[in-house]
Amino acid sequence: MPLTTAYQGEIPYLQILDPDGNLDESLAKGTLSDADVKHLYEHMILNREYDDSAFRLQRSGRLGTFPQCKGHEAAALGAARAMRKGHDYLVPYYRENPASFYHGLPMHYILMFWGGDERGNAIPRNISMSPLTIAIGTQGLHGVGHAWAFKYRKEDRVVVAFFGDGATSTGDIHEAMNWGSVLKAPIVFSCINNAWAISVPQDKQTGAETFAQKAIAYGMPGIRVDGNDIFAVYKAHRDAIENARKGNGPTLVESVTYRIADHTTADDARRYRPAGELEAAQKLDPMIRTRKYLETRKLWNDELEKKTWEKAKATVADVIAQADKVSPPDSDDIFNHTFEELPPDLIRQRDLRHTHSIGLNPEEIGLKPQPEEAAH
Amino acid sequence: MTEEMERDENVFLMGEEVAQYNGAYKVSEGMLAKFGPRRVFDTPISEAAFSGLGVGAATMGLRPIIEFMSWSFTLVCLDQIVNNAANVRYMSGGQYKVPIVFRGGNGIAHQLGATHSHRVETIYARIPGLIVVSPSTAYDAKGLLKSSIRCNDPVIFLESEKMLNETSEVPDDPEFLLPLGVANVEREGSEVTVVSYGRTMQRVTRAAVKSLVDEGVDVELIDLRTLRPLDTATLVQSIQKTGRCVIVDEDYGYCGMGQAIMASVYKRVFDYLDAPIAHVHSDEIPVPFNHYLEEAMMPSEERVIAAVKDVCYR
Repeated sequence: MPLTTAYQGEIPYLQILDPDGNLDESLAKGTLSDADVKHLYEHMILNREYDDSAFRLQRSGRLGTFPQCKGHEAAALGAARAMRKGHDYLVPYYRENPASFYHGLPMHYILMFWGGDERGNAIPRNISMSPLTIAIGTQGLHGVGHAWAFKYRKEDRVVVAFFGDGATSTGDIHEAMNWGSVLKAPIVFSCINNAWAISVPQDKQTGAETFAQKAIAYGMPGIRVDGNDIFAVYKAHRDAIENARKGNGPTLVESVTYRIADHTTADDARRYRPAGELEAAQKLDPMIRTRKYLETRKLWNDELEKKTWEKAKATVADVIAQADKVSPPDSDDIFNHTFEELPPDLIRQRDLRHTHSIGLNPEEIGLKPQPEEAAH
Repeated sequence: MTEEMERDENVFLMGEEVAQYNGAYKVSEGMLAKFGPRRVFDTPISEAAFSGLGVGAATMGLRPIIEFMSWSFTLVCLDQIVNNAANVRYMSGGQYKVPIVFRGGNGIAHQLGATHSHRVETIYARIPGLIVVSPSTAYDAKGLLKSSIRCNDPVIFLESEKMLNETSEVPDDPEFLLPLGVANVEREGSEVTVVSYGRTMQRVTRAAVKSLVDEGVDVELIDLRTLRPLDTATLVQSIQKTGRCVIVDEDYGYCGMGQAIMASVYKRVFDYLDAPIAHVHSDEIPVPFNHYLEEAMMPSEERVIAAVKDVCYR
């Protein structure tokens, strides 16, 4: 008997705004307005300035480390713009600051966090997003859990969970997509493929040509988009979000971009990037084509560019000042938030830190004796 | 579980085989029929997936109960429990709580072999942010499980496949709760403190203590009920009174629960001790599949009795 085809799938590729700033009018229809694009471009400038300032703060010893977002701006902002602000739920990993800021996260929180103050990861209640995830890929499952909670409570909220190309190799992302699809959870898996997982390139990460095609095996739609094209990223995410909102389950969107910066300030990508690759990628920088587009539409000029950068510098300077103003946590506070109620043994450990005693004689060191010792 | 699900709409149960099959060990019998597939549902064989989904759902205000067919299977999802469930409250500056109960059979059951017989208490009890509970009677299981479901921290609830058919008097009161972090002095005595918990308590410790009491040894028997936070106050008070202590568990000795308990109390009881604290534990080998050898590696009544007599210099 001859072989027949058991399954055949295909993955569309979407580009609306090309690297020269030319727009495919028919595909762009009903997507971003002029005002939207202008606003998003201003956000890109603000984030670039933020990245540069954070880098300098790290080099001057004021941040532990910092992962710059350079190059990801369109991928993060296009997805963020496609969500209903304050309603849909953003699950970032640690390189999507533009999306977090777009959704209203106070910008000094991120500086506090990377400066070593966990309070920077206490997302204000009115911001619809989860804290940054540091462990790779675990947030995909949390995203499915958030989505499940929305479905459970019959709320029409949708989760957008970001993760990188490297995270697709983790079991957690596999299990998240597998079960998310089974549950028809209202979630969009947004894979930001920036070509490098620290020093590991795509062809060492997967045998597949695209990350988007993994969606086929999970039984959900997958699409690959030009991640430097704000229109394409927006449209793919908007369609995926609305599809999820209708109860049709998840979509995997792969936004192909490039990590223009090092992995973090603790990395030096010159050691492993092939010659010429960065320069080629810089030509595809989302900011270049977005500006070109705005200029063609007579919505932008050198004057506005200069003013916006000046404004961004002033904003970021304010943000840094704000972060500086936050009084440092008390060293006893390191015990806070371990449990809802701190158990007696941890109270003892906390109090003993103020002495050099090992706690044999609590009265001698001015500690409140515990009941069993008071008896003697 | 049913009482708590009736009480609070946010509580739901998921795990392998918990719905259609009524639970691999029939713990959730009838719950799918009662609550429907929204609140009682089967998961794929993906421990990380349902632990992670649980963490995500809990941070959004739901209160998941997650059944593991065996705690041994959680070795594949330690990241979600240890790195995520336990850390979310801390790493979000107190913004998110993770009210979630992970429950299932822990330890050596009956010929489950080396891969399915792990005792996981010290894997979890050492992690700040996790509460670890181990009941030894049906009465305790009900009161402690209900408290665990209402707790706003992630709870590791250690059952035993071998104890699911145990019966004891259980209050009908839907508000019957036992506090977490409080040990139970099951028998007061003056001569020696015996400390145990969970399946070991039920399998050997109670019987051994009964024989010892019959022989005239005045044993004080403590059931820990909660392994973290450990009720050191009760332990210290008891050992200071008796001056002798034997800890019995089926964990390994080295880096095991018994050693951790011993270290937690030693410096506060040292001056009161009339003998070194003794620890009866399982032999440090992978768990044999053969029933007789499996039995042989675990603490026996005889070993407990011998240890108690040893510290009493009898």
